[in-house]
Amino acid sequence: MTKAGTSLVAADAPAPTAALPRRRGIELSLLVVAVLLSVYGYCAVGLARHGTVPPGAAGYGAGLGVLALVAHLAVRLRAPSADPLLLPIGVLLNGLGLVLIYRLDLETPGDRAAPTQLVWSTLGVTLFILVVLLLRDHRVLQRYAYVCVVAALVLLTLPILFPSVNGARIWIRIAGFSIQPGEFAKVLLAVFFAAYLAANRSALAYTGRRVFGVERLQLPPGRVLGPIVAIWLVSVGVLVLERDLGTSLLFFGLFVVLLYVATGRTGWIALGLLLAAAGAIAVGQLEPHVHGRVEDWRHPFASIEAGEGPNQLSQSLFAFAAGGTFGTGLGLGNSILIGFAAKSDFILATAGEELGLAGLSAIFLLYGLLVERGYRTGLALRDPFGRLLAVGLASIVALQVFVIAGGVTGLIPLTGMAMPFLAQGGSSVVTNWAIVALLIRLSDRARSRLGVPRAEEPAAPETGRHEHAGAVR
Amino acid sequence: MTRHIRHAAFFCALLLAALLVNAARVQVVEAPAYDDNIANRRTTIARYGQPRGNILVDGAPVTGSQDTGEHLRYERTYTNGPMYAPVTGYASQVYGTTLLEHTEDGVLAGTDPLLSPFPLWGAAARGRYPGGDVVTTLRRTAQEAAYEGLAGRKGAVAAIEPSTGRILALVSAPSYDPSVLSGNGSAVARSWSTLNRDPDKPMLNRAARKTYPPGSTFKVVTAAAALDAGVVEDLDAKTRTPDPYTLPGTRTKLTNASEGCKNVPLRKAFEWSCNTVFAKLGVEVGVDRMAATASAFGFNDAELKIPYSVAESTFDTRVDRAQLALSSIGQYNTRATPLQMAMVAAAVANGGQVRSPYLVERTVRAGGGTVAAAGSRPMRQAMRPSTAAQLRELMVDVVREGTGSNAWIPGATVGGKTGTAQHGLGNSGTPYAWFVSWAQGDHDVEPKVAVAVVVEDADADRGEISGGGDAAPIARAVMEAVLKSSPEPRR
Repeated sequence: MTKAGTSLVAADAPAPTAALPRRRGIELSLLVVAVLLSVYGYCAVGLARHGTVPPGAAGYGAGLGVLALVAHLAVRLRAPSADPLLLPIGVLLNGLGLVLIYRLDLETPGDRAAPTQLVWSTLGVTLFILVVLLLRDHRVLQRYAYVCVVAALVLLTLPILFPSVNGARIWIRIAGFSIQPGEFAKVLLAVFFAAYLAANRSALAYTGRRVFGVERLQLPPGRVLGPIVAIWLVSVGVLVLERDLGTSLLFFGLFVVLLYVATGRTGWIALGLLLAAAGAIAVGQLEPHVHGRVEDWRHPFASIEAGEGPNQLSQSLFAFAAGGTFGTGLGLGNSILIGFAAKSDFILATAGEELGLAGLSAIFLLYGLLVERGYRTGLALRDPFGRLLAVGLASIVALQVFVIAGGVTGLIPLTGMAMPFLAQGGSSVVTNWAIVALLIRLSDRARSRLGVPRAEEPAAPETGRHEHAGAVR
Repeated sequence: MTRHIRHAAFFCALLLAALLVNAARVQVVEAPAYDDNIANRRTTIARYGQPRGNILVDGAPVTGSQDTGEHLRYERTYTNGPMYAPVTGYASQVYGTTLLEHTEDGVLAGTDPLLSPFPLWGAAARGRYPGGDVVTTLRRTAQEAAYEGLAGRKGAVAAIEPSTGRILALVSAPSYDPSVLSGNGSAVARSWSTLNRDPDKPMLNRAARKTYPPGSTFKVVTAAAALDAGVVEDLDAKTRTPDPYTLPGTRTKLTNASEGCKNVPLRKAFEWSCNTVFAKLGVEVGVDRMAATASAFGFNDAELKIPYSVAESTFDTRVDRAQLALSSIGQYNTRATPLQMAMVAAAVANGGQVRSPYLVERTVRAGGGTVAAAGSRPMRQAMRPSTAAQLRELMVDVVREGTGSNAWIPGATVGGKTGTAQHGLGNSGTPYAWFVSWAQGDHDVEPKVAVAVVVEDADADRGEISGGGDAAPIARAVMEAVLKSSPEPRR
């Protein structure tokens, strides 16, 4: 248990405020819009391909609508003050993902992924509802920090026992279902990091000895730093063994961001970047797989010039380019040329080709909005654990989107990872619904009177509505 | 902590900005370069994503498009593929396009900006329109007559309308069905290698892309040069020609296939195809004037397009007198495509004017509006009109009482010239049988058709090969088909 030494209120937490308006009606109307947009997309695919509204449109709309409605009722019941944007964004992205996968299924008649994805989405929303209903206070999670980390490490190491798929050993197969345990580990690790850092913040920020005589680079005592670095190293080591670079990069980024937010030491960032560079160089040297990815990023068309035909990345770039500003229209692109990963890692290429720069930017902004609401929640909360957890969860989404979207658009080397909510992949959808559920719980706390911990409140002067500047400037 | 959360949020905002800027870079700035990348199959997919326009003969399509439902959706189909192959060529997903399918691809595939209702805007938009149709000059009955006439033999036929240059028939045998190259299955690759391995070269367009020694049919050109140059002024005046004729500067003796060629006048020499007379005439005309006349007929022109390019017919200009003598009877380095020899016959029929031959009458939009039409074609005067009139006389004599009697058509005036061309090492190969001719119906105001036929029958007995025996009947069938299908002139 790591409750020792935590202050219940962050030192610079906002003063308690009057509760904000609940805005549940707004959430409901946004949900209607999200469901209608998804159904519209579904119909657009059918109209473009067969000239008729697909027969399943009503069922699809009803299914998505019921999921959204039940989730909304759960929020209304148990988290009445929660941020009204979180759930609609999740539903819209998930609905759009289903449309894109359904659209790609048309190209691969023998391999339908949309029905499975719909089942997983239902599971995800169910998990969302369970979390919202059962987790009454996020601070309960602090008690399970060590359970979380053990579970996370177990989940991370499990796939080593299973055969690798497409070069990455990140899958386990249970009863015909493929599961990526690494996805769940993200949330568990975020909980652990937040809890651990909230508990040991002061120790970590404590100016210990100097390193290399540099004033700003001060390391905390080893007994505080040790466990966290060890866990991080183990997780990264496991990931290198499993060759799942995207997740490794994500953990690393999450770790650095939370460490910085918790301690405010820029030294951590410098050290983190150094470690990252060292790790990248070492892995790049040792792992031909990684080395190849970097080479592909530097010269995406090298394989074409060598006469071997286009690789996945160049196919992805072709798809984005074909979309242009407004896209070809849903169902009218050729992103299936990317090959086997078109529905998972490269789903964004389909969005880029068929919705164009306009649609792609809209999707990016939806993610940006989700992240921004997470950060806003973190700023509004008053307990360090909650703040760190909200920031951590938002950062997971942000980093994940950046790593995979940057990868498929040639901004950074490509690492396999699922686009939250959009990509085919059950574990990913379920995990992201869990993230949204936790953010709902946190934001409910932040926006209600309960934002103040039930400890002795310092009598803060009434400052009226406390408006926070937008986290994203 | 608040400050640091804001820092982290700002960092996330930077990531978002980077993604947005990079997306704009890929989708807008770099897009044209990516679209044109050679490995980007989207252009190909779009190209086969709509039915291809058709090639029409006598108003009916000889091509089609079949929806396969595959990735490259529409496949080219051909009706009477082998018969029209030397005209249409193939349109293959794997091997590209040739001949008309190639030169008219912009119209057929719908990329030609002229197909746009607003051409200037279309050129800027680089759009894709419904495929347009290509209306050919071919005459179906003539094409059928030529194809059936060659049945089972190797050879080629080219027929031209003398006054315009319209190509009425263009046949090459043995041929192939271009539809076996449509699509992109493994069967296509198999057909491709089979066709390319075939010793009979079915994919070779013998009518326009293979040159043969024209043999005696070249004597039309030599006679025109001699008459134009004034070397011969009277068709019935005796030429002082020995038999055999010793090639100047050598001891090689040139002989004739028929008796009685010594000192015969040009009329008889032409009728009986005396090598000695024409070899000597060529030498007397001289290489410069021979070459000038040959060029005027279309020899030594590598630029000819009908609209696809045609193999260059050659008359060697760097020859000594012995070689010139042989060149003048269509041997040595003189080579001609069947199409070129049809042009020679057409020039005689058309008062000495050579009209550049063409295959495409006009191209039309899917809606029926004309995109482009063949305007008046350039022409050259290959010989004086009076010379052409004399040559017509000579050629009519050949059909009436000479070697070309097999081409005679009742109710029409037919002129022709036979040829038997030696080839191969030491002339060991089976000779090619040639026949060039033109015909004018008794009710027509001008000759309606000029034909060249070559039969290269490697299986035949050498003695049987002769232009008059093998090639003339085919020419007659083609000419009859054209004369029958010509509209009756108003009286």
